[in-house]
Amino acid sequence: MYNSKYAPYLFLLPAGIVLAVFFFIPFFQTVGLSFLDYSSDIYNPSFAGFQNYIKLFHNPVFYKVLWNTFIYLFVAVPILAIFPLFLAVLINQKIRGATLYKILIYLPVIVSIVVAAIAFKWLYAEQGILNYLVTSLGFNSIGWLTDPKYALYSVIIVTIWKGIGYYMIIYLAALMSVPNELYEACDIDGANFLTKHLTVTVPHIMPTIALVTTISAISAMKVFTEIYVMTKGGPLNSSKTIVYYIYERAFENLDLGFASAMAVVLLVIVMIFSLINIFCFERNKYQL
Amino acid sequence: MKKLPTHLILIFVSLLSIFPFIWLISTSLKGNAENIFAYPPQIIPTDFTWSNYSGVWDKVNFIGYFLNSMIVAGGTVLLNLILSAMAGYPLARMEFKGKKVTFFAILATIMIPFQAIMLPVYLITLKLHLVDSVNNFAGFIGLIMPFAVSAFGIFLMRQAFLGIPKEMEEAGIVDGCNSFQIFWKILLPMVKPSLAVLAIFTFIGSWGEFLWPSIVLTKEAMYTLPVGVNNLQGMFSSNWRFIAAGSILSTIPILIFFLSMQRYFISGENEGAVKG
Repeated sequence: MYNSKYAPYLFLLPAGIVLAVFFFIPFFQTVGLSFLDYSSDIYNPSFAGFQNYIKLFHNPVFYKVLWNTFIYLFVAVPILAIFPLFLAVLINQKIRGATLYKILIYLPVIVSIVVAAIAFKWLYAEQGILNYLVTSLGFNSIGWLTDPKYALYSVIIVTIWKGIGYYMIIYLAALMSVPNELYEACDIDGANFLTKHLTVTVPHIMPTIALVTTISAISAMKVFTEIYVMTKGGPLNSSKTIVYYIYERAFENLDLGFASAMAVVLLVIVMIFSLINIFCFERNKYQL
Repeated sequence: MKKLPTHLILIFVSLLSIFPFIWLISTSLKGNAENIFAYPPQIIPTDFTWSNYSGVWDKVNFIGYFLNSMIVAGGTVLLNLILSAMAGYPLARMEFKGKKVTFFAILATIMIPFQAIMLPVYLITLKLHLVDSVNNFAGFIGLIMPFAVSAFGIFLMRQAFLGIPKEMEEAGIVDGCNSFQIFWKILLPMVKPSLAVLAIFTFIGSWGEFLWPSIVLTKEAMYTLPVGVNNLQGMFSSNWRFIAAGSILSTIPILIFFLSMQRYFISGENEGAVKG
């Protein structure tokens, strides 16, 4: 049996079943559910056509969460693409204690996001340590998680803080491939730190910068736990993103059709990012 | 001396990375006689005590959460190793009809975020009776199955099998091995490093997973650590000493795991382990 022409299919079967049941069927179901109306009877949905999409595009909260998600992208992605590279360049200079720095900066990556969110909630407390800093500098204390102006940014800070170490390690691996002679040539020319890295490092690891940009964009689109633990999307939807709103409509309001229409929107956005990522930056990994 | 600014920046960033935990630890060690909202804030507790730890330990079943997390993460790792290796082998070493289609179908799952399909995944899990209201075993299976294999793992193993010289396989065929024996006895032992990478990254991912267990779990006895820790907020509403102590307690196992395996995480040799 194992030598027959069926052998490859037998090896693929177990993974195939799992992917079919928990990826492909749910994928098509998401699309299917988005055309059904569950709002009158949860057990007997009726065909709704594009009603859920029409409702979605007339819903101000949807635009709010879409906008919040894009703010998430615009704030978190540039910082996560640039700052870890800067740290990686610093650590890559064969300095003492490099391993210790790497361990400490990587620590937030490893710790459960729930614990990280709780730790920040404590820093952000009304009479917490951050407001102590703010007030001792002479400003009024800030409602980090309770003021609609700040809540989203306070949550974004946690996502950034938790991602820095991860992307730094990716950059460190990429930096190993930059030939040392190029840096030596720069030193002979008397180039300073900034010109050296802008003319040698950045062009050399451009593919990695692009990779980090797309990966961090995809993960920013999927943020959930930070928001759930810290703000539940509030106040006044100010920190609610697409994924959180899908969760709320699906599992709290049981509006399955509406939630699925929104999930389809999320799918389309993430697919665009993923296609760019796979075909432009990770071709080698998948040998396309 | 030239490197002093570099060290200052790195020390500053390192401190920022660990400060939220330091502050949490500090709060967890402060007794009732000390105001945890005192201005200026005190890092070193003046009313030092371990009682928050013993208090939260008595009220919360950490051992239970820990064991649940171990079962779920252990099962997820085991299934990922088996299923990814099995699926990666024909994709790397065999020619068969439909190979290209299979390849792209697996690649396509990378583009499907769990968050977008979680609702049907939940409905399917209910239909298959893989929830804790049926029984605990079904509950564990339901926690594990949606993450039992990933495209990431399959491609990682395919890559590993591609790196093995063809002669190894041919030697096996001459000896009369069938393809299962070649896979099990010859190829699998040669891809142990990739299996280790896959195991470690799957473990970390599964250990920290919050969204899925918080959707499917109904019984407190089935809570994994992240769900249990989140629940502390409701249990001890504003008792931050207990919440802090519980959060720190729950972090100890993964901290030990990280420190003992740190070379896998920070060496940068596992660039292939970048997860999307």
